[in-house]
Order: sequence, then structure tokens, then C-alpha cells
Amino acid sequence: MTDPRQATNALELKELSVAYRVGRRNRAVLRNVNLTIKAGEAYGLVGESGCGKSTVALSVVRYLPRNGSITGGSIALDGKDVMKLDAEALRRARADSVSMVYQDPGKALNPSLRIGRQLTEIFELTGVTGQAAEDKALAMLNRVRISDPASVMQRYPHQLSGGMQQRVAIAMALANDPSMLILDEPTTGLDATVEAEVLDLIGQLRRELSASILFISHNLAVVSNMCDRVGVLYAGMLVEEGSTRDVFNDPRHPYTVALLRCLPRGGQRKDQGRLDTIPGFLPGIGATIVGCAFADRCALATERCRAEPPPLYELGEGRLSRCHYHDRAQSLPRATPAEIAAVTPKQAPPVLQVEGLNKTYASHGRPLRAVKDVSVSLRPGETLGLVGESGSGKTTFARLLLGLVPPDDGGSIELEGKKLAPRLASRSEDQVKAVQIVFQNPDSALNRSHSIRHILSRALKRLGGLTGKTLDNRLEELVRSVRLTDRHLAVKPRQLSGGLKQRVAIARAFAGDPRIVVCDEPTSALDVSVQAAILNLLADLQSKQDVSYIFISHDLGVVRYLSDKIAVLYLGRIMEFGSSEAVFSGPHHPYTEALLSAVPKLDRTESARIRLDGDIPSAANPPTGCVFHTRCPRKIGTICETQEPELTEAQPGHTIRCHIPYDELARLQKPKAMEPA
Amino acid sequence: MVFLGGQVLPGNVGRAILGPFADQRAVDALNHSLGVDRPLLVQYGSWIWNFLHGDMGTSYVFRAPVAPFVVDALGNSMKLALVAFVLVVPIGILGGVIAALNVNRPLDRIISLGGLSVTVLPEFVTGIILILIFGVWLRWLPIAAAWPKGAGILTQIYYLILPSLPLFLVLFGYIARMARSGMIEALDSDYTRTAVLKGLRWRTVIWRHVLRNALLPTITVIATQTGYLIGGLVVIETLFRYQGIGSLIFTAARGKDFPMLEAGILTIGIVYAVATLIADFLYSVLNPRIRLGAEQ
Ligand SMILES: Nc1ncnc2c1ncn2[C@@H]1O[C@H](COP(=O)(O)OP(=O)(O)O)[C@@H](O)[C@H]1O
Ligand code: SF4
Ligand code: SF4
Ligand SMILES: [Mg+2]
Repeated sequence: MTDPRQATNALELKELSVAYRVGRRNRAVLRNVNLTIKAGEAYGLVGESGCGKSTVALSVVRYLPRNGSITGGSIALDGKDVMKLDAEALRRARADSVSMVYQDPGKALNPSLRIGRQLTEIFELTGVTGQAAEDKALAMLNRVRISDPASVMQRYPHQLSGGMQQRVAIAMALANDPSMLILDEPTTGLDATVEAEVLDLIGQLRRELSASILFISHNLAVVSNMCDRVGVLYAGMLVEEGSTRDVFNDPRHPYTVALLRCLPRGGQRKDQGRLDTIPGFLPGIGATIVGCAFADRCALATERCRAEPPPLYELGEGRLSRCHYHDRAQSLPRATPAEIAAVTPKQAPPVLQVEGLNKTYASHGRPLRAVKDVSVSLRPGETLGLVGESGSGKTTFARLLLGLVPPDDGGSIELEGKKLAPRLASRSEDQVKAVQIVFQNPDSALNRSHSIRHILSRALKRLGGLTGKTLDNRLEELVRSVRLTDRHLAVKPRQLSGGLKQRVAIARAFAGDPRIVVCDEPTSALDVSVQAAILNLLADLQSKQDVSYIFISHDLGVVRYLSDKIAVLYLGRIMEFGSSEAVFSGPHHPYTEALLSAVPKLDRTESARIRLDGDIPSAANPPTGCVFHTRCPRKIGTICETQEPELTEAQPGHTIRCHIPYDELARLQKPKAMEPA
Repeated sequence: MVFLGGQVLPGNVGRAILGPFADQRAVDALNHSLGVDRPLLVQYGSWIWNFLHGDMGTSYVFRAPVAPFVVDALGNSMKLALVAFVLVVPIGILGGVIAALNVNRPLDRIISLGGLSVTVLPEFVTGIILILIFGVWLRWLPIAAAWPKGAGILTQIYYLILPSLPLFLVLFGYIARMARSGMIEALDSDYTRTAVLKGLRWRTVIWRHVLRNALLPTITVIATQTGYLIGGLVVIETLFRYQGIGSLIFTAARGKDFPMLEAGILTIGIVYAVATLIADFLYSVLNPRIRLGAEQ
């Protein structure tokens, strides 16, 4: 991958320092960052959000926010000092040698220009115009393997799916054949399978192009699959660097060790112990740092750490660690005790019994079956994980349970043996209290203008029917149970971090002693350290209160950690249903198999990828026969196209909807023991 | 449409027509004479009834059908409004754009503060100052807007410049401010970043990527200002002795000529509703997300 003909480094940061001006003071964000990316190399930059990753990227392309400034050091692209370039030379550098792709492709594309125009204008810079530019644009779209590129050229960004938008953004970035490609969280917020596709694409393009890559992500697994080397950033400082394999398998900085421990790995489950977390928070921007920046959160910290800033120790083989005790980083004690109250398996009758549930929307006069014939049951204290791409019906199912939309006639939802009315308005007060939800984005659930105390008291009044002294007592108990303190009660939601807001949202959901809490991607927007804490909290609350969860997440490692049962959904149908163990360890439905193999893995043991090609078909016009046949890698013949398979019980409690018999699936899937990261 | 017009008219109709500085008694009288203290449905019913029959009633004062008066006055007002609009829209947008491109620099401060201060000055104040400067002192422009009978279009415009200036000043601040904030938002957007990082020339970035997205919301504001503009006409037209819908209403209110009043108000409502519709239409033509939304 390294091109030996090029001697200069693609990117070289020397002692780079950047500050943002806030309240008339310059606050340091990057502190003397040294970083070199060789020609053709892919370098990963990881760290919690707010540690300065994007600032690095924006400095390189000289596009810092208005209040940002480079306060020291130098940046060289292909040996040229970027800071010395005048406006025209900078423009040329952007046009010729460096490109950037970032999060949220929907915003990165101009909403009022056709895709074709946004591509051709790049070629026009080099003097290629008219039909020639169109042809080149088309070729570029082909290169990013977008389906039907000619029609994509004519469309506007909002007419494309997130995955397609990001492909277009990548095509635009690669159009000028840059020597340096910066990817800042390019797959964050995309669906798991779309994410895998985009990563695959970047991997393939990397081999075709000569570009060096700076890959920024808070998702460690993604970086580990993509990059030759990684750097770990903490409080604007590089704290560890080395080859990807070394850093992830043999970390030498306590921060890296702690980050890796936050992830549920190797099929870990909630009853096998809590996830480890990282206590405390990143120092704020501009904080004065004496000694080691990580000392406040580091269980290995000593007097020396607090007094003497550790240098970047060279450990040989290109490995660096900014820790006085890098040789024993891995002996970092756990921040959260692993033991968890033993949960005894329940034989109680089901708390939730869903029978033949259907939901049909009308879409341009055609019926769209968002949920089709779904039956599940759930016992108290159990978690049902819902898995599937976006558009598979997960959210609709959740909304049916909550009574936000009424189901079609016929099916039934029973809560503790009593039928639930289809609409929220006609459910009894107790039933409303019993089913609550926690969203991905806590802001949507919390009124911005009220204090946390007000929000929770109101919930206790409304859901718990409490007043006066009992309310105050219960409030205190509730706040403690989600590990918030009195200090947090006085503030408004926007003054809290994402993780704290999510705790408030959880507390609110638990105010009325719910029987079922629907968790819709509750940790997707959070850093791994915060995610671990929230998952622990959910597991603790469950073991204490016997509450059941419907858990939706595209992170299969997370789903596996928390779930007792899994339902795999595709185009509104259950394709597979069973205990978490059975579904994950297989034999599984071909769709589940493809989903599992799409998960990026930390240890880089590339199993043969079973890729899902193309987008999920429209639910308004589902394929005939087995709805998965258009994308199924294991399709066996015309029977798949003509006849829809039944959901049949393969083993007690484990059902699969596929024409391939269970034993045959077992034989086909045997060679690859598939484990998510 | 009429109902929409009635709905979107500000709560206190009298206040809206006479402007913020009119005498409270005049406002009350107008409100009463307009019948806006009657139940809404009754008003609505009678308006609709009248309107549907193309019968705007008979003027108490002139003892003649109201319609020709209203049509004439409306035509005159439209001319005045049009001149003001043609002047203020491009200049206001330009001011906002220039301010945004120089954000927080002296030029931005001058435009923003200047725009704000002329906006808060009531139009009769600016009107009188302008009359004194251009009409009395410099003698560049005619004081009264009434042009000689049979004057050509250019002469008419010449007579309308001075009356339209107070309207211009009031609207300039609004439009410039909207354009400025729309521009700043567009300049800070991710798609502008994408355009800059493509290596496009600054001029191309502004023309092709920033302006169009930035000015979409401004168009909506311009339309809502039409309502204000017509309210502002009462003062201006009286001040410049111009036979428009504003002075028609004012005279009718003074003379307790209810049918004339109602017809005038209804007409304003219609104009306002039509302007809103046009703005919505423009907005959706310019915005592919709405234009093509149905395909999705
Ligand atoms: N324009 C800005 N003004 C002030 N602070 C900022 C600005 N942009 C980012 N920051 C702060 O700088 C720090 C680093 O931000 P960023 O580089 O975006 O981190 P990352 O990409 O790792 O999440 C964060 O604390 C962030 O809140
Ligand atoms: S230097 Fe000390 S405080 Fe810092 S990471 Fe190493 S052990 Fe922890
Ligand atoms: S029925 Fe056929 S198409 Fe459907 S999942 Fe099974 S093998 Fe694939
Ligand atoms: Mg970032």
C-alpha cells in the first residue's frame, strides 16, 4: 500500500496547537500535536468526542470555525507548509491535493443543486466542461458503486438515502484524485449494514487510489478494520500511537486500555458482569493541565503523575505512549466492579404477549406493510432485542406497543394478561404508566425550558400520582437510582452532557414504575465510555425492578450484551426469533448471518464477508416470495422468488423464516464461527 | 382565501391599519366601525356574503357603489407599494449579503445598526424628515404624490419616489436583517464547507452555493412584510395626500362610512393572502425539497 516512489510524507503536523476564542479568551484545544502520515498510509485518530479530533482535521484544510486559530506549530501537506499558503495557493491545494468527508452527508451536500452539478463543478476547475465533465462525473459515481448513477446525477440530495449521500460525498472527495483524504466520522449515524458497505467501499478505493487517509472516528472497531496505524487523542494531546494491531491488542496507555474495556466484546452478556467505564470527564477546553491530563480519571495515577507531565515515551517499533507507567497500563484496575446481582431465571407468566400484529400505512395510495404478522412474548425482567436495518419496522413496532399509532384490526397486544387498547388515549392510566420509552436523542423527550427537577417531578406526578412529601422522597430515590446528584436537579437539559441527559430521560421513563421500557437506540449518539455506563445502568435497573426492555440498536454487540431474546426484522416481518444465545451463535437466518458479518471487528480477524448488496427494498412494494430473496446470498432457487417461507420452529423457542432447512443452514454456516466484536 | 386573509390579519385590526402611533381613540373607533368587536363568525359571514355577490355595498358618504372607489384606490396603492418593493428588495438583500460577508466587521456594524435604526423610526417621522430634505430644502422631488392627470409612467414613478422612501427605510432593516442571518447560516453550513474544500473560487461558492439557500427564508419574510406595507400605507398616503387604499380607509373611518371601510379591509386581507400564496409558491419553486418532495 505504501508507494515507495514518494519520499515526502503526505501529512506532517509539528507541535500543532490550536485554540478557540470563547469569552474573550483563547482556550487551548490542541496541544503540541505531532503526527505524521506517510504516503499511501491510512492513519486512524480516536478518542472521546470533544478531545479535538475534528479540530485536527479542520486545521489541516485550514477551515477552522471563525473563533478558532492556530497558535503554534506547523502543518505540511506533501511537504508544503499549509499555513504559508496565500488564498489562491490554498484554494489550489484544496482543489488538487486534499479532500475531506465528514459526518452527516445530508448536510454536506447542497440541498438545492442536483448531484450531477455538484460533481461537474469539480471537473470544471480543471478545465473539463460540458459533456466531458458529465462523463467524468458519471464515471466517479460508478466508482463509488452507486446503483443507477445516471439517474442519481439528476437527483437532489434529499432524494437519496443516507448511504447513497455518503457515497456521493466520497465521489466528490475523490474526484480530484487527492493525495490526502480526510474522513471525519464518515459512518457515524449510518445504519450498521450501510456503515459496513461504506467502509468496504473506502477499503476498496484505498487499494485503487494512491491517497493517504486520515480516518477519524470514536468507533474503535471501525478504525481497527481500516487503518495501518492509530493515534489516540486525549484533551488535545496525542497519548498513544502505534500500529493498529499493537495498540488494540496490547495498549500501553491507561486511557486506551479503558476505552477498549468499555465495549461489550466477544459475546459478553449482562449476566456475566458489568461493563467497565471511565470515571469523570475530559478536561474542558482551555483547562490548565499540570502533570498528566488523564490523572483525574486514572486509577494508576501517583504523585508523580500529578506533578510531572509525562513525555511521549518511545517504546520501539514506532510505538509511543504518554504515560509514566506505560509498562503496566494494562494492570489498570476496573473502574466499575464487574459483579452484578445474580438474576434468577423467571418462570413468571409473560408480561407482554403480542399476537399477529400488523400495521399498514398508506403510501401514495398503495398499502405499505410496516409490520406484518408479528408475534412475540416477553417475560418480566427480560430484554427483547430488535435487530434489522432502518426501514425494517423496528420503530413502528415500538410505536404500536406505545399506542402512538393503532395497529390494523385483528392482532392483539396483551400486557400482563390484559388486552391493551390500540390507542394511547383509550388505555387505562396504569397501562399508560406501564409502557415507557427512551429515545436515541434525549432532547426530544426533555422540555428544554424546564429544570431537571421540574421535569422529573412532573413525571412523578403524572405517572406516579405522587404529591408532597412522598413525591420528594421518590424523586430523591429516582435520581439516585440513575446516579445523578442533587446538583443536576437545578439545571436545564442543555447544561448537561449527552450521557447525563440520557440518564434524566431514563429516570423519567422509570418514574411510574413501568413494566416495559422501549429503548430506541439509547446509546447510539454516545461515546463508548458513556455508553458503557448507560448499559450498566439499564442492566442494574432491570435486575432490581424486574422491568422488561424492548431494546433497539444497530450495534449488535450492544444488543447482545443486554438482550435475552432477539427478533430479527426485515421489511416488517420477523425473519428469526429466539434466545439471544441461539440467534447469535447460529445456525441463523441468512439475513442474520449477513448482518452479523457486517459488524466491524476489533481484532481484525476478517471473516469472509457476506455482504448485503443494494438498499433495502421499499416496504410499499416488497419482493415476491421470500422478501429477502433480492439480497440473499444463500438463495436456493425459484422457490425463494415465488413462495414466502413460514416462520418455523427450528428448535424449541428458536424460529426461522427460510426455505433452507435448519440442518442445512447449520452445515452451510459451520466453517465460520461468527462472533460479533 | 378571504378567510385566510382575515385569519392572518393582526389581532387588533384598527391598530394594524392606523399604525403603532395612532391615537388610541381613533383605533377604538375604527375597531368598532369595522365591526371587529362582533363575533368572528358573524363578521366572516357578512364579509363572505358581500364578497361572493360582487357587491361591496354602497358608500354612506358618496351615495354610490363602493367598488369603483376601492378598485381605483387599490390600483394606486399597488403602484406605490410596487415602487417601494422594487427599490427595497434588491437593496435590502444586497445590504444583508454585504453585512454577512463582513460579519462583525465595521461594514456589518454600519449596515446592521443603520438598518435597525431606520426600522424603528415610525414612518411619519421619516416621511416628514424626507419631505423637508428632498421636497422643501433640496426641492428635488415633488412633495405630494398626486401626479398631474394623464401623466406618463415615468412621471408617475417620479412622483412616487418620495412617498415610497419611508416604506423603503422601514422594510430595509427587516430585509437586510433576514438576508444577513440567512447568509450567515448558509456560510456556516456544511455544504458551503464542502464547496470551499472542493477548491472552488470564492465567487462561485457564494453565487452557486450560498446565495440561493440563504435567500429562501428571506422571501418568506418579504411576503409577510406585505401585510405591514399595506398598514404603513395609511400613514404615508395621508401624509403625501395620495389616493390609495390606506387613505380611503382612513377617510372612510373618519366619515363612519362602514361599507367603504369593510370593503377596504377585505381588499387588504385579500392582497395579503395573495402575497402569502405567491411567496409560498416562489419558495417551493426555488426549493427542490418541497418541489420534489412528492416523488419520495
Ligand atoms: N467553534 C468553537 N468554539 C469553541 N469551542 C469549540 C469550537 N469547536 C469545537 N469546540 C470545542 O473544542 C473541543 C474539541 O472539539 P472537536 O475538535 O470537535 O472534538 P472531536 O472532533 O474530537 O469531538 C470540544 O471541547 C469542543 O466543544
Ligand atoms: S501518567 Fe499516570 S495518570 Fe497519566 S495515564 Fe499514566 S499512570 Fe495514569
Ligand atoms: S427463503 Fe430463500 S431467499 Fe429467503 S432467506 Fe431463505 S434462502 Fe434466502
Ligand atoms: Mg468530531
